[in-house]
Amino acid sequence: MIDKRVKDLNEAVSQIGDGAAVMIGGFGSSGIPYGLIDALVEQGARELTIISNNAGAGETGIARLLKEGQVAKVVCSYPRSPGSVWFERRYEQGEIELEVVPQGTLAERIRAAGAGLGGFLTKTSYGTLLAEGKETRLIDGVGYVLEKPLPADFSLLRAEAGDRWGNLRYHGTARNFNPVMAMAGKVTIAEVRHLSGEPLDPESVVTPGIFVQNVVEYGVRP
Amino acid sequence: MNSLTDQQLAARVAQDIPDGSYVNLGIGKPTHVSSHLPEGREVIYQSENGILGVGPTPAPGEEDVELIDASKRLITTAPGGSFFEQSDSFAMMRGGHIDIAVLGGYQVAQNGDLANWATLDEKFPPAVGGAMDLVVGVPTIFVMMRHTNKDGSPKLVNKCTYPLTGLGVVTRVYTDLVVLDITPDGFALVELLAGNSLEDVQSLTEARIHT
Repeated sequence: MIDKRVKDLNEAVSQIGDGAAVMIGGFGSSGIPYGLIDALVEQGARELTIISNNAGAGETGIARLLKEGQVAKVVCSYPRSPGSVWFERRYEQGEIELEVVPQGTLAERIRAAGAGLGGFLTKTSYGTLLAEGKETRLIDGVGYVLEKPLPADFSLLRAEAGDRWGNLRYHGTARNFNPVMAMAGKVTIAEVRHLSGEPLDPESVVTPGIFVQNVVEYGVRP
Repeated sequence: MNSLTDQQLAARVAQDIPDGSYVNLGIGKPTHVSSHLPEGREVIYQSENGILGVGPTPAPGEEDVELIDASKRLITTAPGGSFFEQSDSFAMMRGGHIDIAVLGGYQVAQNGDLANWATLDEKFPPAVGGAMDLVVGVPTIFVMMRHTNKDGSPKLVNKCTYPLTGLGVVTRVYTDLVVLDITPDGFALVELLAGNSLEDVQSLTEARIHT
């Protein structure tokens, strides 16, 4: 019988090892799996590559992983946000590598990984610093940049509701990167506010359970 | 010299947003544009974190921590709104479905090149967000910014010195002193703030302003 529920946050993140590439859903403070990140801090894996839209703010979430020195590289579109002091400190001191990716290209590279595509051509960044060293092509006279898929060992997500089959539904703008990252993680782990043994209404499911390996209940809202 | 405040500048940009438009407002100054839309127009604001129909700031006690815009401000949902995930959000931009984007800028060049994501300061981390996707997909790009940097150096230049966001992408520039279109000849004067002379504004502008 399929049952993707795990008993607690610590068990959910126990498989994440040193050097893992970890995608983390969310934008700003919305849709961030704070419970799973806190468990990852306790668990202590190091030299992580973090793939997320932002690089954390204040003392919580990704900022906490940076503060604890667990991060070797950040792949994101917008690391510099109000309160992103831990990112800025690590960056200034040269303690982390940064790869800046345009937000739409970030989403699509993640989707390509999850959808089994070898990459895609986009006008985004053509002729700019972010296209340097990448293959380009003219199609009907317009310049495009070849962007490659961006997979991860683990995806950590936040959802509003989930069921034992791993189906997920979101709330408001907390959806953001969570559905696309669900597809791209070799192991996708979701913390959900309400976890049920009963199935979600199939019409309301946003992320089908096939993309999700583990679900854990975490009722605390940020 | 007379100059517009940020709110007055936002109100000036809002005058040029037609009824029925789908509009993306960049973070910072452009977010103020929606509060100045003239009466009688219905405009749907997209925020790239995954919402169409960004409504006004919530009343005290009615905030939803999981309902924010790209500036990470708490918002509400306007009638007819919807939520979606990131690849759909950027399909709306790159696919040409958004009509107008209003962005901030570090520099705009006379050929319409925009620089607004990175400086030459190695200690200052670059941050691009959705800007590069917007400029290649949205047909009308408005840039709103101060006319000069704090030290008085020009932001309207012959050629950008900062890393580019997009090449030849800007439609119109709104500063606290002037409104300019990008044309095949370069910057063309649309409007000069009352009380200022073109000569004075030209002296704060590296590129030539055509009349």
